[in-house]
Amino acid sequence: MSNERLKSLRSKDLVGIAPLEPGEIQLILDTAEELLDIARRPIKKVPTLRGRTVVNLFMEPSTRTRFSFEVAEKRLSADTLNFSASGSSVSKGETLIDTARNLMAMAPDFIVMRHPNSGAPHRLASMVEASIINAGDGINEHPTQALLDAFTMRRHLGRLEGLAVTIAGDIRHSRVARSNAYLLGKMGATVRFAAPASLMPLHAETLGVEVHHRLESALEGADVVMMLRIQRERQGNMNFPSLREYFDFFGLTPERLELAKPEALVMHPGPINRGVEIDSAVADGSRSVILDQVTNGVAIRMAILYLLSGGHGEPTPAS
Amino acid sequence: MSRLLLRNGRVVDPSQSLDQGLDLLLEDGHVAALGERLDAAPNTPEMDVSGLVVTPGLIDIHVHLREPGFEYKETIETGCRAAVAGGFTAVCAMPNTRPVNDDPSVTRFIRERAAAVGLCHVYPIAALSKGERGEELAEIGEMVREGAVAVSDDGRPVMNAQLMRRALEYAQSFGVRIAAHEEDVDLADGGSMHESEVSTRIGLKGIPSAAEEVMVARDILLAELTGGRLHLCHMSTRGSLDLVRMARRRGIDVTCEVTPHHFMLSDEELAASNYDTNWKMNPPLRSRDDVEAVLQGIYDGTVDAIVTDHAPHHADEKALDFADAPFGVAGLETAVSLALDRLVHGRVIGLGQLVRLMSTRPAEIFNLPGGTLKEGAPADLTLLDLRKRITVDPETFQSKSRNTPFAGIQLRGAPVATIVAGRVVWQAS
Amino acid sequence: MATKQNNSGLVQILDRAAMKRTIDRMAAEIVERDGGDVVLVGIHTRGVPLAERLARVIEASAGQKVRSGRLDITLYRDDVGPWRPAHEQPLLKETFLPDSIDGEVLYLVDDVLFTGRTVRAALDTLMDYGRPRAVRLAVLVDRGHRELPVAADVVGRKVPTSRDEDIRVRFAEIDGVDGVWIGRETADVE
Repeated sequence: MSNERLKSLRSKDLVGIAPLEPGEIQLILDTAEELLDIARRPIKKVPTLRGRTVVNLFMEPSTRTRFSFEVAEKRLSADTLNFSASGSSVSKGETLIDTARNLMAMAPDFIVMRHPNSGAPHRLASMVEASIINAGDGINEHPTQALLDAFTMRRHLGRLEGLAVTIAGDIRHSRVARSNAYLLGKMGATVRFAAPASLMPLHAETLGVEVHHRLESALEGADVVMMLRIQRERQGNMNFPSLREYFDFFGLTPERLELAKPEALVMHPGPINRGVEIDSAVADGSRSVILDQVTNGVAIRMAILYLLSGGHGEPTPAS
Repeated sequence: MSRLLLRNGRVVDPSQSLDQGLDLLLEDGHVAALGERLDAAPNTPEMDVSGLVVTPGLIDIHVHLREPGFEYKETIETGCRAAVAGGFTAVCAMPNTRPVNDDPSVTRFIRERAAAVGLCHVYPIAALSKGERGEELAEIGEMVREGAVAVSDDGRPVMNAQLMRRALEYAQSFGVRIAAHEEDVDLADGGSMHESEVSTRIGLKGIPSAAEEVMVARDILLAELTGGRLHLCHMSTRGSLDLVRMARRRGIDVTCEVTPHHFMLSDEELAASNYDTNWKMNPPLRSRDDVEAVLQGIYDGTVDAIVTDHAPHHADEKALDFADAPFGVAGLETAVSLALDRLVHGRVIGLGQLVRLMSTRPAEIFNLPGGTLKEGAPADLTLLDLRKRITVDPETFQSKSRNTPFAGIQLRGAPVATIVAGRVVWQAS
Repeated sequence: MATKQNNSGLVQILDRAAMKRTIDRMAAEIVERDGGDVVLVGIHTRGVPLAERLARVIEASAGQKVRSGRLDITLYRDDVGPWRPAHEQPLLKETFLPDSIDGEVLYLVDDVLFTGRTVRAALDTLMDYGRPRAVRLAVLVDRGHRELPVAADVVGRKVPTSRDEDIRVRFAEIDGVDGVWIGRETADVE
C-alpha cells in the first residue's frame, strides 16, 4: 500500500476485517470522522441514502448493535426493515438461500446481518446483489465493533500504530476479540490476549497476538484495556469454575488498572457485567470511554453504509 | 450358460501377484479361466479391453445408502447406480438409517431391496447398539444371520467404553469385525471443522485431532484386552495412524481405512472455500501434515483400505450455513479417479497396491466374496482407463446428491466399465 | 497535488494579478451589499480558499473580524450512490461552521458556477445546520449552462463557454499557482 489514499472499498460487502487492507480501514475511519459531526447538528439527518432500503436481519438477539445500525441508517435517510428471527423456528431449518430469496424480493440495497453461526454472511454475500454488512457472525467476526473500537482509540490517543492493546475475557468465543486482533494487527498495534487457556482459542498466536494466561502481565504498560463480556451461562460449563473466581483473577479492578499506562483507555463492547469482568469503579472511571464507543459506533456504521453505497463493479478510469 | 470373454486386458490382481496382459473368461457369474489367448466355446461374446486395466471388482466398505428413511438424500437404487458408475461392484451399507439397521428385518430389507435393484452387491452393516444410542447391544447375531457383515454405530461414536468392550467380545461369536467411528463427542463439542491455526483464523468451532485419537487409543486397548477384531473407520490424523502402527507392533487385530478427501484436502483448502458446506465432513479435513501422514500410511501399508464414506445429503441441507449443515461428501463417483490421479499417477503407490486397498483388503477385512480374480471367484470386475482425463461434474452424478468439494477439478484415470456376476452393469458413455 | 503548468489546449484568462483584482472587487460588492457582518462559507474544494481570501479583504477594508467556514456538500449531492458510474464514493471533507448560523447573512462561496447542482446541495446542507436570515451566492467565475434555477449575487467574471470546455480555477493554497484557464485538457486537475 503506497501513500496514495484509497478512495473506495474493494468489495460490495463488509463481511469481516480479515479481507480488508490497511488503506480501506483508514478510509472507513477517516470517513467516520466527518460523519461524527452530524450527531451534533440540530438536524441529525442527511439525505444521502434517501430511497434506499436496508434490511436489518438479526438471527440472534441484539439490542445495542441493532440500535446503532438503525440510528446510522436513519441518519443517512435510508428506509429500514427489521427482520428478527432469533432462536425461533425461522432461523433453524430455513436455509440461507431461502432467506436470501425472501429478502431479495424486497429489493434491499443493504443487508445488515447478525447470525449465530460463523461464515453465514460470507455465504449470503455470494448469493445476493445487495451489500452485506456483517453485524457479528458466530465466533468469527464483528467488523463494525472492531472499527468503532479502533476509531475510539484513534480519537483519544491520536494513533493506532505502536499501541499496546490488552483484550481480556472469553477470547475463545469472542468475535470482537478476533476482529480487533485482525484490525489492530493490520494497523501496526500490538494486541495482547489475556484469558485462562480454557477461554483462549487454540493457537491464538496465529492471529498475530501475544497470549497471556494472567491478566497482570498483559496489563503492564498497556495503552488500551478492553474487557469482554463474560457470558454467565458459561460458568461451571467446564470453561471456568465460577464468576467469583473469574473476577478474583481476571476482573479489571482499579488496582490492576494501575499496571497499565496512566492515560490508558478502558473499553468494553457492552453490555457490561459489573463485578464479573470489570469493577464498577473502573467502568465508570475517568479512563472509561465505554460511552464514547457507543457514539462512535453510529459514525462508523454510517461511514460503512456511505462507502458501500456507491455503484459497484470495475472502477472507471478518472474522468 | 452365460459367458463373457475379455480380450487383451492388463489384469492387475494383487491376490495372485498378477500384473500382465491376459484374457479372462467369465462363465455363469464366476471367473472360469485366466490366460494368454484363451479359446472359448463358439458364440462366446467377446469384449476387447486392450489398453484397459482389469481388476477384481472394487469394494467400498463404508457407504451410506440412506434407505430406509432418508430416501430424499439417496436410495438403495440410486446409491447402487452411483456405486457401479464409480467402478464399485460391492458396497457395505452403514446402519444409520431410519429406522436404524439394528433389527434383522431392516437387514433383510436392505438385502432384498439391493437384490431387486440388481446392480451391485450390498452388504449391510449391523448397528452395534439399539438405535445407535450407545446404551445396549443390538441383536448382532440375528443381523449377521440375515447377512450383516460387520458391526458399527457409524456416525455416532460409542462413548461408553464398557459397551465397546462388550461389543468387541460379543461379536467374536459371529466372526464379524467392529467398525468404529472414532470421535469423543465431548471433545468434538459441536465443532464443524478441524481445530487448528486455520479454525482459529476463520472463526469456526474446531474438532481437535485428540477427539479422534483418544478414541482410537481406547479401542485399540479394548481390542487388545478382549482379543476382539477392530476396524477403525476413516482415520484422519497423524496420531491415529501412529496408534495403528503401535497396535500392529503389539499384534492387535486392527485394520483401518482412509478416504480420498482426507488424502486430497486439508483445512487450508476448506478455508479458501469461503465457508462452502461441501467442505464439511466428519472427520473434518485435517492439517496439511495430517494429509501427508495419511499418504504416508497408504504408502507404508499402515492403511488397509480406501473407502468413500459416501455421505449424500440433499442440496437444501447443504444450503444451511456451515455450523448447521450436515457433515458428509458424496464420494462414490469420484473416489477411483481421485485415487488413480493422486496415488498412482502421483507416484505414492503402484496400481497393484491401489487394487489391494480398494478390493483385496476390503474383502478380507469384512470377509466378503470377491477381491480376487482367481479361477472360481465371483465374476466381479472393474475396468479402468488410466489415461482417461475427466472433469468432476456433480450434475452428471448418478447419486441423488451433489455434495462434493471436488466439483470442477480435473483428474487422470477413471473407471470405464463395471461387471457384476459376469454382467456388464455399467459402461462409461 | 501536482499541477501541470502548460496543459495543451488551455488558455489563461485570468492571471495572478487579474485574479486578485477580481477578488477585491467581489469583496467590495459584498460589503456594499451587506456590510462587513457576514459569514463566508466556502464550498469544498476551491470555494474554501476563495472564501478565506474574501474574508481577509473584507476584514482589511471594514476593519472587523469576518467569520468564515467550510462546507462539504458530499452527503447532499445528487450524484452519489447508485447513479455514480464509478466504483468510488467521493471522500468526505470537513464541514466547519460558526457555532450558530441562525439569523446570519451567509455567503456561499465557490470558484465556478456551472449547472447549479452544487449550490442546490449546499443550500440543503446549510439548512440542516440552522436558519440563516439570508443566503447569498458569490462565485469567481460564472460559466453558464445552468440546469437548476440558480443565480449568483456576486460574480467575479462571466465567462461564456461551450458545454464541453473546462474552466480551471487554481489557488496557490491548493495548486501552487493562482489563475483561471479555459479550454480542453486531459490532465487530472479537479
